[in-house]
Amino acid sequence: MGAIGAGLAVLGAGLGIGLIGKGATESIARQPEAASKIQTAMIIAAALIEGAALFAVVVGLLGVLGGN
Amino acid sequence: MTHSNFLKINTFLITLFLLISAPSWAGGSAVEGGEKEGFNPSEFIGHHISDSHVWEIYHGFMVHLPIIIYSEEKGFDIFSSANFYNEHHELVPYKGYVMHHEHITLASGAGVFDISITKNVLFLLLNATLLIFLFSAVARGYTKNAGRAPKGIQAFFEPLIVFIRDDIAKENIGPKHERYLPFLLTVFFFIWFGNLLGLLPGAANLTGNIAVTLVLASITLIITLVSGRSTYWLHIVDPLGKSMPWGGKFLLYLILWPVEIIGIFTKPFSLMIRLFANITAGHILILSILSLAFIFESVLIGVVGATFATAMNMLELFVAILQAYVFTLLSAMYFGQAVEEHHH
Repeated sequence: MGAIGAGLAVLGAGLGIGLIGKGATESIARQPEAASKIQTAMIIAAALIEGAALFAVVVGLLGVLGGN
Repeated sequence: MTHSNFLKINTFLITLFLLISAPSWAGGSAVEGGEKEGFNPSEFIGHHISDSHVWEIYHGFMVHLPIIIYSEEKGFDIFSSANFYNEHHELVPYKGYVMHHEHITLASGAGVFDISITKNVLFLLLNATLLIFLFSAVARGYTKNAGRAPKGIQAFFEPLIVFIRDDIAKENIGPKHERYLPFLLTVFFFIWFGNLLGLLPGAANLTGNIAVTLVLASITLIITLVSGRSTYWLHIVDPLGKSMPWGGKFLLYLILWPVEIIGIFTKPFSLMIRLFANITAGHILILSILSLAFIFESVLIGVVGATFATAMNMLELFVAILQAYVFTLLSAMYFGQAVEEHHH
């Protein structure tokens, strides 16, 4: 069950970070001079999504390790 | 001149790595000969990422760390953790104390207050010493080269320090950022060095320990709460402001107040989980890939796995500084919200 949970978490986080990457590259292409500001915003958003995914990873780990 | 220096350093590093890793290869073959009944990856990985009373640099070579415990029955007691092991490397009771899965209790089963120098504490102290030495050298550089261009180690750290001051602190906190710089710089370098130390072979998983990240996140929480100005608290107590009469607001606030109060704590909580989970997940990943060779007992998978693990290690080097950056940046943003003066 923990493995399924980890898989689902990766699915969501991958989709989210992928969308951020898409948004960031599109914005940089449109406005290359704002690249550094877009990059900062991108990293913050990615870190927040990753945080949510890692909550799921920790819960999955607890599920796997707590079962023993 | 610099080129030949570079070559010299490279040769030195390669020799050092070969010297260090040679005994661990020997140790590895000893494991295969000794216990043939199968390799347990989850036990191996769990052993690596958890804290321990001994520091096992490589298989069979241990540094026994001191144990400092306090119990109401016996008072303070200090002795080496080597006393818990007999010559066959099995756990034995000592002086009425029993150790089971790194957890020390009295023989009667009563708990003790354990403040031992464990592997993580050792690396915490090592990290702190390293930071003190490096940054006092940097500070000495500023008095020595006052008014001149930075030199040596000072020149290496200056761009990072300036980056944290200008792009993290000033950008997110505003004019009062100087008060927070000591904390932000310390936390950045502490996490970065902790992450890098954790990546060394045989080292402790310092920043992948939830107690360490808990303390770091708690300090952020305390600083945020202490420096919170009236606007910060007004945002929590009265987030809707004058947009609605009190009668209507009050009903909404029955839901909003708990959310806002939980919100104070979820921010540092996510800081804690993010750092802990990122570093621990990285270690688990590298060790799992390396374990594949032993699970399938194949040289081919070993070669592919080692190559892939090296690539993951490179990624972890990047994650090490990225997580330090993210922690510092988010801390600075929380401080910025706390000290914000005007309303929008």
